[in-house]
Amino acid sequence: MAESQPARVTFYNDPRLRGIFYQMLLLVVVLWLGYEFVINARDNLRAARIATGLAFLDYTAGFSINQTLIPYSEADTYGRVFLVGLLNTLLVAVIGIVLTTILGFIIGISRLSSNWLLQRIAGAYVELIRNLPLLFQILFWYLAVLGALPGPRQSISIFGEVFINNRGLFVPRPIFASGAELVLATFMVGIVLSLAIRAWARRRQEATGQQFPVFWTAVGLVVGLPLVASAATGFPISFEAPVLRGFNFAGGVRVIPEFVALLVALVTYTAAFIAEIVRAGLLAVPRGQTEAAYSLGLRPGLALRLVIIPQALRVIIPPLTSQYLNLTKNSSLAVAIGYPDLFAVFAGTVLNQTGQAIEIIAITMAVYLAISLATSLLMNWYNSRMALVER
Amino acid sequence: MTRIRTMLALAAVLGFGTSVSAQTLNTVKQRGALVCGVTQGLPGFSSPDDRGNWTGLDVDFCRAIAAAIFNDPTKVKFSPLSTKDRFTALQSGEIDVLSRNSTWTLARDTSLGLNFAAVNYYDGQGFMVRKSLKINSALELNGASVCTQTGTTTELNVADYFRANKMKYEVLALATADETIKAYDAGRCDVFTSDISQLYAERLKLTNTNDHVILPEVISKEPLGPVVRHGDDQWFDLIKWVHFAMLNAEELGVSSKTIDEALKSDKPDIRRLVGTEGNYGEQLGLTKDWVVRIVKAVGNYGEVFERNVGSASKLNVARGLNNLWTKGGIQYAPPIR
Repeated sequence: MAESQPARVTFYNDPRLRGIFYQMLLLVVVLWLGYEFVINARDNLRAARIATGLAFLDYTAGFSINQTLIPYSEADTYGRVFLVGLLNTLLVAVIGIVLTTILGFIIGISRLSSNWLLQRIAGAYVELIRNLPLLFQILFWYLAVLGALPGPRQSISIFGEVFINNRGLFVPRPIFASGAELVLATFMVGIVLSLAIRAWARRRQEATGQQFPVFWTAVGLVVGLPLVASAATGFPISFEAPVLRGFNFAGGVRVIPEFVALLVALVTYTAAFIAEIVRAGLLAVPRGQTEAAYSLGLRPGLALRLVIIPQALRVIIPPLTSQYLNLTKNSSLAVAIGYPDLFAVFAGTVLNQTGQAIEIIAITMAVYLAISLATSLLMNWYNSRMALVER
Repeated sequence: MTRIRTMLALAAVLGFGTSVSAQTLNTVKQRGALVCGVTQGLPGFSSPDDRGNWTGLDVDFCRAIAAAIFNDPTKVKFSPLSTKDRFTALQSGEIDVLSRNSTWTLARDTSLGLNFAAVNYYDGQGFMVRKSLKINSALELNGASVCTQTGTTTELNVADYFRANKMKYEVLALATADETIKAYDAGRCDVFTSDISQLYAERLKLTNTNDHVILPEVISKEPLGPVVRHGDDQWFDLIKWVHFAMLNAEELGVSSKTIDEALKSDKPDIRRLVGTEGNYGEQLGLTKDWVVRIVKAVGNYGEVFERNVGSASKLNVARGLNNLWTKGGIQYAPPIR
């Protein structure tokens, strides 16, 4: 480089050295700033005698949480509370993402439907839902819809097995007696076999063009095999129905109304945005592709599934990732209705009990960041698989 | 270079500018107003009336501080806070004093970096249920759903109580008092639990006030009082003594009606109280007539109590523990001398 320069420059006029110098200077300033932040915070906390450090994670929490995916009692630690909150956040995020994708695709495709009514309903849905604030929608589902349900004694009963009231949805809980392992094992075997058959059928179709009824075979394997197995072992899986006992229902599995309200609001809200993304993606596929598919004799459903959507996905996936991230982050609005997610129990209750705002907010930020980055990574991987392979 | 200079300036501000404010009184005087953390609306303690004026026992305490400093009880800015945010707001210096029916506990007094200055209301936790449930004791609450506010001692006490009595329960912890009472009113919970004073206050917000009953059990000690930050002893003393001044005034029979006679009194206790003898106010960083200012502005402790939560209010709570020590209660102030 230096030899090719026509004129020699002094070292302080060398653009490359200057660049390096300023970069280093900036780096030093940034590092120094960060150091100052930490030291300043530490000194001020110490001066005000506010507790610091992460020791609080081992202290007894002492409060109760009304939805826990792992065993939890008041005698457990703040660290356990963190896990409970994290799992509650992940539960609503994962189920929410799956459901909102399905609903979003249905509505997005409906918006382009040739059925006038369907198209208008989908359009009205998108315009109504995405123009109302999410917090408002969460409160609407919680207070106006679920709040209007009757009390436990006047529960809506479905066949005396499932009960709906303002304390939640109560469904029978499966009880596994001996022999149930075999049933579960055959269920797993059914899934594995179905996947294998699907791969085989695809290869055979590519080689010979012959089709195979994969779907019905899979249904037969996944449902039929466990049925046969449970008949052979004398039906080891029984169900314990919820029973009204005192104030509330006891037994069975309970889904709390706060979870339902939050999930429904997040799913319907995000689906409105996903519908627009799907519509944009579908419109981005040239009309010629549809015509070509039809002229090959594909029915509209197949043309959509095999030709249009795979191409549309390239346009859909990147903005779709943003919506998944939004849904996860928006789940922190749970605090408004008392759903015990990470933000409500950890950055809320635990922060209040311990007063260690800096540590707790930092941990909570790190967790949301980690969840978001993991989602992004997964979606980027999927995106690169779906990307157009240039030949 | 301009960018670097800006960054250096920023660094200087962030690095050295945010030292713990040791001089709260000076800051308040310079600002010309006291910033006082209160509830988001709890009748009797701190709630805005129909004209938007804040009223209540805790509000009058803030006004008393403002009166002592500025001789003007209106120089207070009220900052409504949820139970969840209150201590963080105080720690960060957003408010000067927290007067928000907060329970004094060891953990809050130490690890939160705060000091509880006094107890201006002795309370205890209780339960409210619907009359139609026909329950007479909290021990019949096995299996109930309980609504409570998150981040309170209430949330912890209820867990202890049910655990100690081996009863099952479900707790729904909500962020604000309004959400909590609404959830109870909507039937989401069987039980509403809080400090007993709050049960009386929140009951007024229910659709049918008379359909609800407060159970006799008192399951905890809830000494409520004003809170300040660690690290400013002058301010800590000032807040403490504003409360004691109001108690001493009541004990000595000095009220907003009798204050002018008190100024002419020749009793040594009263002369020291109203500042005609000694310089006690100045020792606190105030003026000699600080108690006169307080009593003229809001009255003595008894007047404030009766007006806001006692017989002259809708809550109609008995003085009980909050009576003076001379009248069978436990409100007791050190002497001014």
